[in-house]
Amino acid sequence: MTAAPAPDSALVDLRHVSLTYRVGGEETLALADATLGIAKGEFIAVVGPSGCGKSTLMKLVTGLLPPSSGEVWVRGQKVTGPIKGVGMAFQNATLMPWRTTRDNILLPLEIVEPHKRQFRRKRTEYAERADRLLASVGLGGFGDRYPWQLSGGMQQRSNLCRALIHEPEIMMLDEPFGALDAFTREELWGIMQKLWMERRFTAVLVTHDLREAVYLADTVYVMSRRPGRMVMVKRIDIARPRTLETTFEPHFVDIVHELRERIHQEHA
Amino acid sequence: MTAGTERVLRIAMPWLATAGLLIIWELVCVVCNIPALSSVCSIPEIILPRPTRIFEVILLRWDILLEFCLQTLWTTALGFLIAIAGGLVLGLAIGASPFVYSGLYPLLIAFNAIPKVAIVPILMIWVGVGATPAIITAFVISFFPIVVNVATGLATIEPEMRDVLRSLGATRTEILTKVGIPRAMPYLFASLKVAITLAFIGSVISETVGGNRGIGFLMLSAGARNDAPTTFAGLFAIAVMGVLMYALCALVEKRMTRWAFRGELVT
Repeated sequence: MTAAPAPDSALVDLRHVSLTYRVGGEETLALADATLGIAKGEFIAVVGPSGCGKSTLMKLVTGLLPPSSGEVWVRGQKVTGPIKGVGMAFQNATLMPWRTTRDNILLPLEIVEPHKRQFRRKRTEYAERADRLLASVGLGGFGDRYPWQLSGGMQQRSNLCRALIHEPEIMMLDEPFGALDAFTREELWGIMQKLWMERRFTAVLVTHDLREAVYLADTVYVMSRRPGRMVMVKRIDIARPRTLETTFEPHFVDIVHELRERIHQEHA
Repeated sequence: MTAGTERVLRIAMPWLATAGLLIIWELVCVVCNIPALSSVCSIPEIILPRPTRIFEVILLRWDILLEFCLQTLWTTALGFLIAIAGGLVLGLAIGASPFVYSGLYPLLIAFNAIPKVAIVPILMIWVGVGATPAIITAFVISFFPIVVNVATGLATIEPEMRDVLRSLGATRTEILTKVGIPRAMPYLFASLKVAITLAFIGSVISETVGGNRGIGFLMLSAGARNDAPTTFAGLFAIAVMGVLMYALCALVEKRMTRWAFRGELVT
């Protein structure tokens, strides 16, 4: 079953998308017949056993990989190459060690129009914007530090800032908190939710942490083992802002349980 | 041992090791040449002169040594600079494009395998004797490590970094200038240390095979006159220049790519 609602108004629309990797002479079906629609401003999470093609899904949505069959539509247009103006954050922060944290965050503005054209002229204005963003994730005054002078959690916050500075419509989050310790991770969930509630970008979060998925997302998609299929769609009807306290409430725990059960079936 | 003396000792170690080596060398020469031991061993000056004798010759022939040193130095430096420029351009091309890579890499390997001493006679036919073949030989011998290193730096960009830039809509040129080149810089500067010593080898080979000036020529002509101390003086001069240029490259490396030495800066 894959019956996710795919309304015409969906910002991101995947229609029967499959992807086959070819390594050597061997073909691997990484993703099978995925159909899902993401509304504008919706926060979805994709969970599933490891190696189920979660990250593949992300690359398909952003056009970094072309699908083997099926179609990907974004903003009513068929995706044929990398789509522009997407914010991305990966598990490792991929900050550039030769740039200060501020200059790292400014990177998208040097590339994305119309900022690129104005970059030299508005440099100070942009730097202030970067500093404000840094302050909003609790890194005020760290702009002049180099990334390698920051802790893992601080690097990941900077990474989120970089993904957000150009105010992208779509955010792709590929296990951005995966490498962090539990406390830092839970703290960053809060920051992530705050940023999303302020800006209401459309977000796709890939994670293997079910609590993280339920905490952050409006809709959680569960994928099967490879070849990945959508086996379950779960709307999360918990009011925002959610807090760490929320994660201990029975309703939250029930949802996590339900998701876990479904994933366990995949491992059986 | 306190931290202070340990640091002093660490700085002094290269000098102590060098001095130790020279003293042993001197002692061996002196002891072996004691007349009473002549039946057991002797090291004639023509085979291995004593270090003090070499230094004496250095002082004696200071003018000519300095002149020929500077000759070798500028041909080496010029060849080296051309190698940096050429190596950077070709390295970027090879690292950025798989097609250029597959096309040129085998050729580069083949070219690098040729003993450079073999091309000097050809160069002499083309451009004559003198500074030009020395510059060209210094260039071709120091070119290769620079190309390989720059290409490696480019080719090892993290895929995630590339994805971040591509999803922002960056062009290939932007990926190259924003990530590729800064990332290749530490690789470039690391290769310079190797390349500069190779450049010296190149220019000296050229001067030895077909030169009329320079340290290589000085050594060759001194050797022909059985003037071993002067030959050794030339060797010392090359070694000193090599170390100085290496130190210069290492200094530039540290200044230009501070971030690559991050471990030393974090306190």
